[in-house]
Amino acid sequence: MNQPTRESRPPVVSMPRLAAKVLILFVAANLVFAAWTPSGLGRLSLYNRLVPGRERLPFGESPQLSYNLSLEDLEAMFASHRISSEQSRPDEYRILVLGDSSVWGALLRPEQTLAAKLADLVPIVCGKRTTVYNLGYPTLSLTKDLLILDRAMRYQPDLVLWPTTLEAFVRENQLASPVVVGNPVYARDVLVRAGLSSPGVGLPTRPSFWAQTFIGRRRALADLIRLQLYGVMWAATGIDQAYPEIYPAAQTDFEADSSFHHESAPPLDETHLAFEVLDAAVRVAGHVPVLVVNEPILISPGTNSQLRYNFYYPRWAFDQFRGLMQQRALASDWEYLDLWNLVPANDFTNTAIHLTRRGESMLAQSLAQSIRARGCR
Amino acid sequence: MALGQILVGAALAFLWILIFPHRKRLYFLLTSSVIAVFWFQPGLPIRGLDFWLPFATLAITVATWALTAPAEVRLTRANGVTAAFVVALVLLLGATRYLPAEPLLTAGRPPPLTWLALALAAAGLLAFVAKRGRNPALAMSLTLAALVATLVVLKNPTLAMWADLGLRRLTGQPVTHASIADLQWLGFSYIAFRLMHTIRDRQAGRLPPVDLGEFVTYVVFFPSLVAGPIDRLERFIQDVRGPLPPAQDAVRNGGWRMAIGLFKKFAVADGLALIALNATSAQQVRGAVWAWVLLYAYALRIYFDFSGYTDIAIGLGQWLGVRLPENFDAPYLQPNLTQFWNRWHMTLTQWFRTYVFNPLTRRLRSGARPMPIAATILVTQVVTMLLIGMWHGVTWNFALWGAWHGLGLFAHNRWSDYMRRHDAAPGQSHALHGLRQALGVLLTFNYVALGWVFFALPSPAQSLGFMLKLVGAAG
Repeated sequence: MNQPTRESRPPVVSMPRLAAKVLILFVAANLVFAAWTPSGLGRLSLYNRLVPGRERLPFGESPQLSYNLSLEDLEAMFASHRISSEQSRPDEYRILVLGDSSVWGALLRPEQTLAAKLADLVPIVCGKRTTVYNLGYPTLSLTKDLLILDRAMRYQPDLVLWPTTLEAFVRENQLASPVVVGNPVYARDVLVRAGLSSPGVGLPTRPSFWAQTFIGRRRALADLIRLQLYGVMWAATGIDQAYPEIYPAAQTDFEADSSFHHESAPPLDETHLAFEVLDAAVRVAGHVPVLVVNEPILISPGTNSQLRYNFYYPRWAFDQFRGLMQQRALASDWEYLDLWNLVPANDFTNTAIHLTRRGESMLAQSLAQSIRARGCR
Repeated sequence: MALGQILVGAALAFLWILIFPHRKRLYFLLTSSVIAVFWFQPGLPIRGLDFWLPFATLAITVATWALTAPAEVRLTRANGVTAAFVVALVLLLGATRYLPAEPLLTAGRPPPLTWLALALAAAGLLAFVAKRGRNPALAMSLTLAALVATLVVLKNPTLAMWADLGLRRLTGQPVTHASIADLQWLGFSYIAFRLMHTIRDRQAGRLPPVDLGEFVTYVVFFPSLVAGPIDRLERFIQDVRGPLPPAQDAVRNGGWRMAIGLFKKFAVADGLALIALNATSAQQVRGAVWAWVLLYAYALRIYFDFSGYTDIAIGLGQWLGVRLPENFDAPYLQPNLTQFWNRWHMTLTQWFRTYVFNPLTRRLRSGARPMPIAATILVTQVVTMLLIGMWHGVTWNFALWGAWHGLGLFAHNRWSDYMRRHDAAPGQSHALHGLRQALGVLLTFNYVALGWVFFALPSPAQSLGFMLKLVGAAG
């Protein structure tokens, strides 16, 4: 083998110096990234530009099948939704639909969800063309809905529709939603602005320095890129959820157990329920009316159904909750609809709150009637 | 190769060149490669198969060496020591069965040592028969045939399923769970082609004499075990026997190459994989524009994936003092299909050129009534490309992919020939030349991309359906 001549031989690189340079560059890049704090990074999106915005907020537990994924960056979530690209027009009546996975539309195609059905059923309100946005997001937590509402208020809604259920009121569920966990500073800010400091205890006032570095945000950045790539598949196929042909039906037979969280008998302890978040949401909405709905639940016909309505609720707890909601609505002057028993048991899919297409239509018709009836208030 | 395995391999190579770059180099390469054969093998549901397949890789390799090595090389003491060393390594890996922890270097729990000892004895007998046989030419031909037959079985879904059912019956496992994925033999396509190259070169009297350690290291060299490139033995041993390049140069150049490869594979290709065409998305896609997007994503993904792996292999090889051959050279920027195939999976095409295309061309053009040139080109191009297609899988779709490229190469050859004779303006301007080149690149890329439809989808019917979508003729 020919040895290189002295002239042609490349300069010898000192390995420790090379390693030190690489390390310094790496640390410096992280520091710059953290100092720059690109909080609006999530707003950089292919959605509504190269690919159409999504009909519902991104959520998916099997991304390769659903072309969708769950991520924590609320900005990125909204940037991927069609709501972020559509300017409010004077001749438009905007309805935001908040809520859990039943509103989001588990096992339903985008055109089969409550928001889509409402858009069909109520094309005109107050002489204006209606646009209905699905802002439901899986997980049961009023605080999660409050965050989404606060973020969505910039889109100038005319009405907020909020189907919810007892489980979303449970205090221990409030901060457990990934949307809250993933946006702790924003969550604390919203809770404080809404006059709710106590539920935000434990949430940081500012992100740690580590969390702002490139390394600290690697997962969020990877999710952001994957969300953009799945946008291509969403545009190409119109699919944003995996639709299994067979799924386990909602449970209808139960043990002889009438406990609800930490309580096993009446009365239902109101202090365990976060009613104040509902009040706060009404305050956050300001002049925009909020129509709160006690959403339909499965009323099971199976074993021990005299004790429990369904997997979530013993009868005593849910009955008391309905009474409390009625009282609170009257006292606080909420617009409130109790539609808990609207849908028959065979129109639920895999949980006690997920509806079939027909169940969704029934709910939409009832709500459409209420929206028409309330007129231009 | 998973990212973790690549990083561990790189770390080991790095430590080795730092600590003792010039000592016992071949033994380091041999040891790491033999272990990698077992370590890289994915787990398989058929009991013990994920140990026996790597074992078979080594057994076939040693037997092929015994068959092809000249007697004066075979009988040296060094080769005896190497053989004993490989056997000891395999026994040590087998002995991990008795450790309380989960196996680290094998996909599953190795078989009992008594079975392993019996298998080693059988492999030794095979090597003995190979070297002592009265008719080595026949033995070599039979070995070639056996390698081809094994490839066909592994690559054909029906045959692979039959083989799987047979193995399941043999091991008393339920046949209802049989799947062609059960017979994933890591790197066998590449291993078989390296072995076939050595046998054919031995038959032609071109094979240089090599030691057992060099031969085994060449066949199962761990950086190129999974995805090539397919090196040539005579070139490989030059590097193994030659001096090492300066450590700093190797670290810098190899490290840079590996970094590029890791980025190509794990950032670009794995990202594109989310949107690349597959059997499911081919049915789901709505509209011709998005169908083209998925197809282009597939074309780019397969390039970045494969060339990324090649960069990693080449970079790791540089750290170990082995300059593995290049496999890709901007293939999608070539102005015609012939140049594309000169720059795509170059070591595979070179292999087929050497052992299929050139001999077939000589055969057809010689004799009393040689075949006309055009017909010869058609036959040789199509046959070669059909075989390259079926190297990927013995199915109708891979055959169609091969035929697509064979016919494309023939068409380009005829077109080039026509243009050479009829091009009225050989001294055309730079601008016109540039335009023709650009159009050529565009046309070639799209022709190749359309060919990937057959490669990505499992059946001709689905491929045709997707082609119709591409032209907006299907929903």
